[in-house]
Amino acid sequence: MASILSLRKINKTYGENTKNPTKVLFDVDLEFEESSFNSIIGQSGSGKSTLLNIIGSLDRPTSGNIYFKEENLGKLNNKQLAEFRNRSLGFIFQFHYLLPEFTAMENVLMPYRISKKEITEDVTSRAEELLDIVGLGNFKHKLATNLSGGQQQRVAIARSLINNPSIVLADEPTGNLDSDTTEKVYELLRDINQKFKTTFIIITHDRTVAEKTDRVIEIKDGKVYLDISKQKTL
Amino acid sequence: MKLAFQIAKRFLLASKRQTIVIILGIAVGVSVQVFIGALIAGLQDSLVNTTIGSRSQITINIEDEYITGYNELIDTIKDSSENIRVITPTITTSGSLIKNSNSEIIVLRGFEFDSADDIYKLTEKLTEGSTLPDEDNEILLGINLKENLGIDIGDTVEFDSAIYDNRDFKVVGFFDFEVNEINNTWTISNINTVQAIIEQGDVVGNIEMQLNEVFDAEDFTKTEIAKNIDNKYNISTWISENESLLSGLQGQSISSLMIQIFVIVSVVLGISSTLAITVLQKSKQLGILKAMGIQDSDASLIFLFEGLLLGIFGAIVGLLLGIGLLYAFTTFSGTDIPISFDLGFLALSAGIAIAASMIAALIPALKSRKLSVIEVIRNG
Repeated sequence: MASILSLRKINKTYGENTKNPTKVLFDVDLEFEESSFNSIIGQSGSGKSTLLNIIGSLDRPTSGNIYFKEENLGKLNNKQLAEFRNRSLGFIFQFHYLLPEFTAMENVLMPYRISKKEITEDVTSRAEELLDIVGLGNFKHKLATNLSGGQQQRVAIARSLINNPSIVLADEPTGNLDSDTTEKVYELLRDINQKFKTTFIIITHDRTVAEKTDRVIEIKDGKVYLDISKQKTL
Repeated sequence: MKLAFQIAKRFLLASKRQTIVIILGIAVGVSVQVFIGALIAGLQDSLVNTTIGSRSQITINIEDEYITGYNELIDTIKDSSENIRVITPTITTSGSLIKNSNSEIIVLRGFEFDSADDIYKLTEKLTEGSTLPDEDNEILLGINLKENLGIDIGDTVEFDSAIYDNRDFKVVGFFDFEVNEINNTWTISNINTVQAIIEQGDVVGNIEMQLNEVFDAEDFTKTEIAKNIDNKYNISTWISENESLLSGLQGQSISSLMIQIFVIVSVVLGISSTLAITVLQKSKQLGILKAMGIQDSDASLIFLFEGLLLGIFGAIVGLLLGIGLLYAFTTFSGTDIPISFDLGFLALSAGIAIAASMIAALIPALKSRKLSVIEVIRNG
């Protein structure tokens, strides 16, 4: 399968120009395949969050390169990076981060509107479809604040998919959900992975969660400590 | 743009109470500005009006000589500046009025009533029963002369000039300029009457005029006129004759400006500090918007639009409040303080408030650029 994202010799040092620079990532090499379902695990302080930020182009590595397909992301300026995030990445965060001033439907459409394209009937029906997929078809006109935690997270999942991203980055997506809801959300992500062939990279500190994915990458002290792929069941 | 505007609108609507407080803050600033501005402009107008409203604002004459061919001169002057509102020839001589055993030294002024009335507002100043002179040798007298000479409308009075022949004038009325010097000494007739006394033919002593923009008299209008007429003519303006009045007026304008500037500064400070807090309040939203790929410029626009919306509504409420204050002031204060404002002034106040709000929003707009998505998202 083709590689969609590759990290080559990624180093990250915080406070480079201060007296006590802290090196967080050491020569990280990673390769993600198209439509794969990956998890990155690690203790807090292991460097996994920094890794997520660099993968998500929210932060730049101190050295090393990230390639999206053939494109070197290090060569893009901030504006182009923002466009890249908008077009190719979907984000799901632990605390959902819906815009509370907007309805579920408007939140789902937000990444599309950020791309400055006109809202068409196609995209509205796609948003509706996504809300149906996450099981919130009846809640689309509710304000985000009026939804439960699990519902908000499902809206966030629908939102991450509206621009047909190649990769969805999920940072502790079920971190503050109860175990039943956690289970449902994972099933949903898995379904989407299979249905839309979207690549998933899920960051978690929970080993049982990680075990549900096809590939578990463990980060320890800023290095790739373990990288286990499950045998694909035929 | 559209998205930034919509987000700005939602942000403002989501925290209604805060929005209302900011709008009220701007509105109070605008209303104070409108109120103070209108009050000071009114005071100034009334001061200018009392001082120079009923007199010549630019006067042209020749030293120790009368002006011949004055009609052509008037046409030339009229064509040289658009600021001239009204222009009139006058001729003046002096002498005494004698009635029975009473005698008063007077200044006899010859007016062309059609145009002179526009400067001196004579018809408004006539006492009851008085009329403007219709014919030669009819005169109007200052109201104080009525008593001092013991005469009334319809009486005949003798004019004694030391140089020229004596004349008999018919009194057709009295005027009250509310200035003792004028009420004691002025006698007004038509130009012919004075020309006949001094026996110089068709001449006048002064060309007098009033302007649309009185403060342009010295720097603009005088120069414009001087370019077009012979330099034997003296051109004097009310400004050169009233320096102390002018500096008083300027002092008033400056103090009004200072008050308005401080009001604006406080409005700007108020809005920018409140908006700066909203950047913190909305940092989660900004973080997620940035993760989703919103451009920094669009994120900044959100705050500029907030400033714009707050400014517009603040200005509208402020104008209404200001006009209400002025209305209440004129209706209930019981004083006679004049108020002067026009649409231009209101538009300017509103414009300044909106611009100030936008400027105030710049600081949070720039601040939003520096927001670190990572920190916001990780630390909630």
